[in-house]
This record gives sequence, structure tokens and C-alpha cells, in this order.
Amino acid sequence: MPSHDVLIIGAGLAGQRAALAAAQSGATVAIVSKVHPVRSHSVAAAGGINAALNPEDSWESHAFDTVKGSDYLGDQDAIEIMCREAPDEILWLEHAGVTFHRNDTGHLGTRAFGGASAARTYYVADITGHAILHVLYEQLMKHSATVDRYEEWFTTDLLQDENGHCVGAICRNLRDGHLEVFNAKATIHASGGAGQAYKPTTNGLIVTGDGIAQAYRIGAKLMDMEMIQYHPTTLLGNGLLITEGARGEGAWLLNGQGERFMERYAPNKLELASRDVVSRAEQTEINEGRAFPDGGIALDVTKVPRRRTLEALREIVNIGRDFAGVDITREPIHIRPGQHYIMGGIKTDVDGQTTIPGLYAAGEVACVSVHGGNRLGANSLLDTLIFGRRSGEHAAARAKQMVMPTTPAAQVADTERAIKAIIDRPTRGRRIAAIKQELGETMDRHVAVFRDAEGLAKAHEVVRRLREEAPNAAVDDKGSVFNQDVIAAIELGYMLDCAEAIVVAAIERKESRGAQSRTDFPGRNDEEWLKHIDISVNGGDVPKVSYSPVTITRWEPMERTY
Amino acid sequence: MPEYTLRIRRYDPDSGQAAYWDEHTVELGATQSVLDAILKIKADADGSIGIRCSCQQAICGSCGVRMNGKPGLACNTHLREAAERGHGTGWNPPEEGGTTAGDGGQREVITVEPMGNMPVIRDLIVDMDAVHWKKIQRVTPWLLNKQPVPEREYIVPHENMVDVTQTMACIQCGACVSDCLAMEVDPLFVGPAALSKAYRFVGDPRDAQQFERLKDLSEDPHGIYDCTHCFNCIDACPKGVDPMSQIMRLRRVAGSDHEIEDRNNGFRHEHAFVKNIQRNGILHESDLLADSYGGKFNPSAGRELVSGLPTAARGLAKGKMTVGKLLLHQHKASKEIKRIFDTVEGRGERVELNLYVTGYEDDPEQTGDAAKETQSAGDKSQGAPEAAGAAGREPAPEGSVPAAAEGESAPETSEEPGTSTESENS
Repeated sequence: MPSHDVLIIGAGLAGQRAALAAAQSGATVAIVSKVHPVRSHSVAAAGGINAALNPEDSWESHAFDTVKGSDYLGDQDAIEIMCREAPDEILWLEHAGVTFHRNDTGHLGTRAFGGASAARTYYVADITGHAILHVLYEQLMKHSATVDRYEEWFTTDLLQDENGHCVGAICRNLRDGHLEVFNAKATIHASGGAGQAYKPTTNGLIVTGDGIAQAYRIGAKLMDMEMIQYHPTTLLGNGLLITEGARGEGAWLLNGQGERFMERYAPNKLELASRDVVSRAEQTEINEGRAFPDGGIALDVTKVPRRRTLEALREIVNIGRDFAGVDITREPIHIRPGQHYIMGGIKTDVDGQTTIPGLYAAGEVACVSVHGGNRLGANSLLDTLIFGRRSGEHAAARAKQMVMPTTPAAQVADTERAIKAIIDRPTRGRRIAAIKQELGETMDRHVAVFRDAEGLAKAHEVVRRLREEAPNAAVDDKGSVFNQDVIAAIELGYMLDCAEAIVVAAIERKESRGAQSRTDFPGRNDEEWLKHIDISVNGGDVPKVSYSPVTITRWEPMERTY
Repeated sequence: MPEYTLRIRRYDPDSGQAAYWDEHTVELGATQSVLDAILKIKADADGSIGIRCSCQQAICGSCGVRMNGKPGLACNTHLREAAERGHGTGWNPPEEGGTTAGDGGQREVITVEPMGNMPVIRDLIVDMDAVHWKKIQRVTPWLLNKQPVPEREYIVPHENMVDVTQTMACIQCGACVSDCLAMEVDPLFVGPAALSKAYRFVGDPRDAQQFERLKDLSEDPHGIYDCTHCFNCIDACPKGVDPMSQIMRLRRVAGSDHEIEDRNNGFRHEHAFVKNIQRNGILHESDLLADSYGGKFNPSAGRELVSGLPTAARGLAKGKMTVGKLLLHQHKASKEIKRIFDTVEGRGERVELNLYVTGYEDDPEQTGDAAKETQSAGDKSQGAPEAAGAAGREPAPEGSVPAAAEGESAPETSEEPGTSTESENS
């Protein structure tokens, strides 16, 4: 039985950063991931990472932009920490080897990004997440003596002792199907978001809400779950991400009549308003019949000098070519708003501690909350790294003051039984993919850019029904080596838990704020709803709703225009 | 919608059965991907087919497989492209009495296999740890910082960072490793992916140990001189990393900048080759062998020559070689050859093309006045100008092509607010 001071689940940016920080603090560390670390979805982050590093810029300006971007739902103490620590984190990455692109003088270069009052986004072409993730993995290889890597191990359950403290996890080795108990003094969940509960989504197939659901099931509170980010530029049809960096470099948005419609919605920032604002503008154009006949909006990258596009936006040139047959350096490409990110997640404090002692969370799986109602582009990489590191350091410090907890053996037997039951299922049930498809389409129809009570109620009904159906979904694979069918069945359950939390929170919030835009409750209502919605498990029943206050340090809510 | 038959190589060690071919037919658009097809089969028919996949946009590097004989990512390989690859070859055998053409009602077959040079774990899933990642670890894959580490960022030229971004853009999918011929013969060869990773540090001005890295990889008999220039890795790479070009750059930096004369004779062989061409215009092989080992009178060259005698004898016996050709070489380099050498050697610095930024050199827009004209010409032909660079990928169906009206205003209006951020960057 592997035993470590700190167990980290998930090896994207938050997980790898946490591992390095915990190891540096002297803890023994294991990092477990259901995919090889460089396959983690942080790899798809494109545009860049924000920090007020230029002498002319200030962390206060970055923090205010973030608070405003969050539609005042972000907790300002956490935002202050993130923005204040951002410059040092960028320099740490630079020294670790990230190949940030430079300006003419050889200093770190920046590009403009949405909702920001200065060009403060540091970048590596349009593969920033990829570059940082691979460099962190270089560091993990370098520190292999202090960080044990368990690659392609799927976490099935979190372990709790008799006091309810989290004492590790049960994981299945995908290579041979055997279960192992990972004993730990502190466990950090860094397993990403839940985008696969939507279809289409920019998120990879592995992004199935595992961590959110696992923590929720053992009683951790979730927060801001209604806040789902629709990215303004996802490829029409299959929903692939076209980086905000395109607009940062100067690309325009045009409706079917050739009009640069953002002039009407955000006369100052235009295409570089906050994502929720741009997505709503696009959706309004679409709903009011001003889209192209194919239902899309045009993103015109030809406004960017061609040489610059080829160098700084190469990945989306490839995406246009391979997935849409469009040369974006020569003609506009058609996009629409699409599911991209969940601002909500496991509720944590600024050190990553959840409401369950011994359990931490960092990255998209967590909700600190630094993004509130709407995340600014290029703030997510920052969030993963800052709070990944802080979680790692805090967990290591916690571990120093503890003896290794004992593991309740009965839980392993439960997991064994549960997996065997999945494998032994009769194959008559509905197919996993069909249930997932219905879930994704339902969420994209009713819990998207615009929402109303009727649609949300319908969505909830569907989610409840699918929850009933899911435990009988057909499983074809009876084997033990890389049985992806069993994993898919478990993941389906996670996605449904996340979806229900999202829907319940969206029904609860009777106002429009950030990504939650209720047509039946237009307008922000600070008097009643300047507060977080917390969601917690309630047996198999509809989840419990409670509230927690928003922390305001220095920026009182104001009207939000761009 | 067209129909495609996928022949998937299946293997489950649990079953005790040998590997077998599993056929499924799907109806999907020609520009949908091989992964789309596999996922559809998994969804509708058989969830037990094993394949790693996640992002579906060629960035996570999970879904490396061989499709009709060529390695690549299943997610960005179009069905039509993969199927056409098989036309007229053993990969897409005609049915009894059938033809080999695609649209004559014949089945479009795509054979999907796990990648090569790595052990298969199950179905399309290979053991990358056992081969690929082990080799990556061989090249000390982390930055060895120049000291002192600055308080702020290292000040380095933008061009250097763009240059190493090409190798940074490697997604570790293993497609190059799959079809590396040198590795097939010498499993210990460090290989295209790991050597590309090595260039990511060798080309990084912040790294303190350029010489040590190159010395290490030159002296290793399975290192940079083990590559046989077969171009398979360049062909395989879905991200334009051009691994072989990176290996050649490692050699140039090792040989020209550091003059590392390795014990494998790689450095001398390369020099002998160049001198040989400079002298003869075409290769004179018997000289090459001797020169690679320090000239005809060098003892080790003698040894090599003696061990090469049987080959020479066989050549003589078969008439492929004459005694005259073997000893004398009448061919002399032409003036044109000499001019090439003069031009290259006359340069103060070695010219390395920036391989990350492509599709620019032939850009007609750069000629100023012609900009508007060529812009609208480009619009009309919809993606065709890039067809060569896109490895024959086809544009999507008509529906996705936007109306032409907007493109016209592009060149004149580029100074308006949207692009003002450009100046803020510097």
C-alpha cells in the first residue's frame, strides 16, 4: 500500500505544480493521474497567462479587472492573493524553462486579452498551456526521487476515517485493473472540470468532473456551480476552441450582415470585453436572426498581419485547416459560443482547503472563488499554478504535524464490489454514449448562455431520469487490462452528479450575473444575490442548497460595462 | 454519407487469444476523423475497443495509431485521406472482382493498427513508457540553468524562443518513434522524439550545458549519428516538429560550433561526405569510406577497408563496380557545384531556417502593392493555396465557407482599432 505525506490526484498544471511545491517543502509525494500527465487537459490552454509584471502595470489593476470580470461574485481576498503572487509565478516558470515568447528587447512579451485594462498576458505562441504543462513535466522527471508518479491510474473513491477526515484514495491501475489504496496525510484533488457534461464542449473526453463528484459524495461543499463559461469562439459544429488570443492579436467578430456587432454591446473593449459579455452578444445576434445561414458568427483573423498569425496563432491555423477546411489567414472562420469552463467547483479557502479536513482542491476542480461569475481569459492557468502551489505547500505543512492515518479497509471491499457489479451488468441497458449524448445536449440547450426557469426545470427532469438509467447502462468490456468501458460507466455517474449540482444552482440563482443570464430575471440583484450558492449532497435526493458571503475587500460592486 | 470500413487490430492479453482483425462499417462524412469513426463504433457497437484519446484536436497526443500503414493521430486524420492512402496498395485490397478506385462503389477500407517500435498493451494502446518515455529521460530533459539565474527573466532574443517553440510543440504522441527505421534496427537508438527534445535545450540560450549535451549525444553510439536520414519521422509528425531536421541541427551545432569529433566517427564521416561531393560532384564511395576514417593511410581506415573487401568483391563479381571506378574517379565537380559550396562557405554565419513559422516565404502579400489583388484571389480559391502544405487535406464542405463579401475590406481597414493592440505588445 503506497503511503505518502501528500497524495495528488490529477496531473495537469494544478496537480503538477502542487506536487513540486509539496516536494520542495520536504513532503513525500505521490501524483496519480488517469492519463499520462502531458495528456491532461491543461495542454489545450492556448492564449496565455496573466500577470502584472511590467513596471507600468500593477497587481491592483489586474485584481480590479478580475473582480469586475467576475461580476463582483469573486472573493476579493483570494483575487488579491492571486494577482499579487502572479509576477513571481511567471518568473518561476521562466526559470524552470517555459519558452515564453519575447518582445523586441528580449524581455517577456505580452499580448492583449479580454476584460483586461493592460496587455498583461504572457504566452508561448498559442500553445501556452501545452508549453507550461510539458515544462512542469520536465521538472517532475527531474525530481523523480521525491515525487512518485502513478500514470494511468484511475481514482475511484476518496477515503475517509471515522472522523470524516480524508486519508487518501482508492485507485485502479488501468494497466491491469487492480485496486490499490493510497494512504496519505493530505490529499489534493486537482483533476479538472466537468466539460464533458456538455455537448459540444471545448474540453477533452477525459474532463468528466471526477474530482467535483468524488468530493461532493463524501460531503464537501461545492460553490458557484451555476457559473458555466461559454467561450465566445468555438468552432461551429464540433466546438473546438479557437483561442481568445486571436482577438487579442486583433481579430474581429462579424455577424451575417458583415457588421462588427460588438460596437453595439461593448463600445470600448469591443471583441475584448469579458467572455460572458461577448458570448451573450453573439448569442443575441444568433437568436435575433443576424447570424450566417449556417447559424454561426464570423471570426475574422485576416485582420491580424499574416506573418504574426503564422507565428503566434499557428495552432488555430492548423485547427482551421484540419477541422474546418478554412485558411484563417485568408478568410473568416465560423464560430459560436460553446461550453468551455466551470467557474464553480469544490469550495476551498485560499490555501486550497475544502470543507473536508485533509482534502484540498486546486485548479478548475476547485472554487476559491477567484473567477466568481465569469473568468477572465488567461486567468485559469494562473489560478491552477498559484493555488496548486499554495495547496501543495499547505498540505506539506499539515503533513509535518501528523502521523500516517490508518485506512478503513472496508471501503476497499466496497469499491471492489462496485466495480465487479459494473462489469457483471447485463448488456441490455441503454448505451453509455447515448445517455452521455442526451445529457450533453440537454445541458447545452437549457443551461447555456441564456437560461430560464422552464428550461432549467426541464434540464433537471432529464438529469434525474438519466441518473436512474445510468446504473444499468450497458458495459461491453469484461476484461481487466485497460477496461475503458468500466471507467466510462463510472465517469458517467460523475458527470451526472456535476450536472445536477449545476442545474440546481442555476435554478436557485434568480438574477443575471456573469455567466448566469436568466431571461426571466434580467439584471443583477446585489441586494438579494451578492452571495455564493453552496451545494452539498443529500443522500440520493436533490442536493441541498445553502449560501455563503462574498468577500469584499476594496472594490464595491459597480455597474459593469465594457 | 460515404461508408467506411475500419479494420481494427484487436488484442487483449487477458483473453489468451492471438491478435485478430475486427471489422466495423460506419457512415460518416469524408472530412470526419478516423477517431470520430472509432468513437462511433465504440459508442454504438463495441465499447471494448481500446484506444487512448482525449482532446480531439491534435494537442494532447493520446491517439497515435497507424492508419493504412502510416502513423499519425487518429483525431486529425480525415477518413477520406486515410482511405485514399490505401488505394491500389495492400492496405485496401479490392474485393473479388472489384476495382481499386474509390468511387466505383468499392469499399473504403481503413486498417487501424497500434504504433510500431513499442509493445502493444491492448488493441490500439501501446506501452510508451517502455520505449518513448525511457528515451526522453535519456536526454536529461530539463533546463540546466545558466548561472547566475537572473532576478527577473533571462533576456534572450525572440527568434530563439520562436525557434525552440517548434520542438516545444511536440505533443509526445510517438508517431515518429513508431516508424523510425533506425530504431527498428537499433532499438537503443535515442530516436527522433527524444533528440527533438534534446534540441529544445540545445537551442535554448538559457541552458548552460549545450556543449556537454552535444558531447554526450555525439559520443553515444545510439545518439545523433545513428539517424539514417530516412525522413519517416518528418512524414509521421502531426505537429510539424520535423524531428530529423532537429537531429541534423544537433549535428551542425555539435560539428561546426563545437567541433566535437566523436568516437563513432559520425563527425568525420559527415565531413568526408561533404568534401567528397565538393571534389567529385557526385559521391565516390570508396574514397568516402577511407576519408571517414582519417584517409587511406590511417590504420583504422585500413581495417575498415579490409573489412569492406568482401562487399567490393561482390560488387565486382556482379558487375556493379569496376576496378577502374573503384580506384580512380573521373568525375569532377562542376562549376555549379563549386558555386554552391562557395556561397555556403562564404557566409559569415550558418543560416538556420526558422522552421516554426512556415507558409510565409511564398507569401505574395509581402510584395506590397500586390497585396489586395492576391488577397481576393486567395479568397476565391478557398484554402487551395495551402493545399500543398496541408499534406493534401481537403477543405470542408461548401456550407462552412463564409460569404466572400467581408474579405474585401480587409487590407484597407487593418489600421482600425482592432489591431491597435499590436503596438502595445512591444
